[in-house]
Amino acid sequence: MRKFFVRNLPGYAFLTPWLLGFFLLALGPMLISLYLSFTKWDMVGDPQWVGLAQYEYMFLKDKRFWQSLDVTFTYVILAVPARLAFALMIAIVLDKGIRKIGIYRALYYLPSILGASIAIAILWREIFNIDGVVNAVLINFGIQGPNWIGNPDTSLYTLVVLAMWQFGSPMLIFLAGLRNIPTELYEAAEIDAASKAKQFFSITLPLLAPVLFFNIILQTIEAFKTFSSAFIISNGDGSPADSLLFFTIYLFNEAFTYFRMGYASALAWTLLIIIGLFTAVSFYTSKYWVYYENERD
Amino acid sequence: MSGLSLNGVCKSYGPVNVIKNLDLEVISGEFLVLVGPSGCGKSTLLRMIAGLEEITDGTISIGDRIVNDLPASQRNLSMVFQSYALYPHMSVRKNLAFGLTNLKMSKDEIKRRVDEASEILQIGNLMDRKPRQLSGGQKQRVAIGRAIVREPELFLFDEPLSNLDAELRVQMRVELAGLYNRLGTTMIYVTHDQVEAMTMATRIVVLREGKVEQVGTPYELYNRPQNLFVAGFIGSPKINMLETKCQSGNGASQIEIEDFGSAEIARLGSDSTAITVCVRPENFEINGSGVLSAKGKIVLIEYLGSELYLHLELSSGKRLMIKAPSKAEHLVGDEMSITIDIDNCHYFDEAGLRIEPAKMTEAA
Repeated sequence: MRKFFVRNLPGYAFLTPWLLGFFLLALGPMLISLYLSFTKWDMVGDPQWVGLAQYEYMFLKDKRFWQSLDVTFTYVILAVPARLAFALMIAIVLDKGIRKIGIYRALYYLPSILGASIAIAILWREIFNIDGVVNAVLINFGIQGPNWIGNPDTSLYTLVVLAMWQFGSPMLIFLAGLRNIPTELYEAAEIDAASKAKQFFSITLPLLAPVLFFNIILQTIEAFKTFSSAFIISNGDGSPADSLLFFTIYLFNEAFTYFRMGYASALAWTLLIIIGLFTAVSFYTSKYWVYYENERD
Repeated sequence: MSGLSLNGVCKSYGPVNVIKNLDLEVISGEFLVLVGPSGCGKSTLLRMIAGLEEITDGTISIGDRIVNDLPASQRNLSMVFQSYALYPHMSVRKNLAFGLTNLKMSKDEIKRRVDEASEILQIGNLMDRKPRQLSGGQKQRVAIGRAIVREPELFLFDEPLSNLDAELRVQMRVELAGLYNRLGTTMIYVTHDQVEAMTMATRIVVLREGKVEQVGTPYELYNRPQNLFVAGFIGSPKINMLETKCQSGNGASQIEIEDFGSAEIARLGSDSTAITVCVRPENFEINGSGVLSAKGKIVLIEYLGSELYLHLELSSGKRLMIKAPSKAEHLVGDEMSITIDIDNCHYFDEAGLRIEPAKMTEAA
């Protein structure tokens, strides 16, 4: 045992910074939050054990919880396919062998870096304001646009458009996947009289399925966790009329505006379980539609 | 079943001319092999015929249709790729049926053709497998099956055996030849392997740097190469090339070959003074004593079972490859004398073009 420890000491020494981070900054707070989710705690005094009361309230009585779920699911269902479709479209265009492709890749990736920043969220709010750029353009065509962000019917869609604009990261992954599909397959399909659409659905999509699957998982998790842009655009409270009340905004406000730490922790664990369930279902169903070249038989 | 005509076909990538003003007639029903070293344009030419590569100039006709502007799918041809290009996510059956489905054939017709191809290629037991579950040879059969089911006017093969091991390559070569005899369809086959070319072709086209060097039957190419390049390219082991001084007079030419001495032969149809005499490894007489004899030392022996190749170093340092009977006993370091079989030499002028001697006469 001692010999084993001595032999592996350098390995553990290198691992220590990560292990410290994992235990102190990830696993520790997670376990504490799990405990807090069964308590009532306003960050002053000791937490009071309430059992499943927080979860009971959440599922049975809290209408804002259901509203936040509604907003978040709507956003996930719209933003993820929109972003992935857009990313795939751009990747296919870039895969056609454009000159100076590196510059285009960097340019297209830029919004993904900027998109998450506060500045872009503020800019987005200005663009879609009643007197913003979008309406200024529309007025030239005789259309008086609504207050995109101030109107509960349209506010969420402005965020979906922002999500689409941040297509860089999945686009790069799609591009790498497209580069891995041998050209001969398209040539064989060409001789086999497959139209471009048929080639896309019969060759590109099936062979891109592992990459698509990876992107779906990654982007869905990211969409469930959307916070900063929604926080800025909705003035931090999910307004107008709770139309931008994302789950994370609701959770944040419960924790740091109303100091209901126990309830916020229960919300956090609920989100974790939702994401976990989605991921598990995705992996389970993937065997029916994801083809892996090196799969074991 | 159709022939193919290429007239003045050119292909350029920017300033680089890959195929240069190429004319070629492929006779209906023949097995034509395009052969040449890497980069000679043989695969490009095949892809141009297939419609996968646009042509820069000239016309391509299949049968009596000019197909320059027709997409690959409308040229009524099939192609077998070097990498097989099987759709990896589809079963063998779906791979075979894919093209037919795209052509909107009836299910009965698709089934008939797929079953027939699977029977010809004996892949019936593989029909529900995915390509990754197949060996190299099986993949190759499926790729050929995919070509067969189309019942095309023209089969194109782009180095289809190059990914197989030596044993399988020989086996598939025989199977392909059998398939050709059975179907009788025009086949154009690209390879850099001249053994494949020689054994399978009814005619061979030797290409170099986008130009046709010679078109002929395997026999013609081996026995009457039209230039030095073809002489050197066709034949394994490679032909021996000997620089020769030549003086032609009335009715006779005097040639002098380093190490071998001189001889008078029938007048060569050229006034070149520096010609190249090419002698195949089997056209030397071992321990012969006629004119054009030389002595050398064996530096390497290649024993191939049925035959034996000796690498002989002459006194000038020139090395030759000599074919010897397999049962002959030779050792590295042995001295031996050889004589050129003057009746089976090939002569080429300074430009590398074949010169025909009138009739060989031996002179002292």
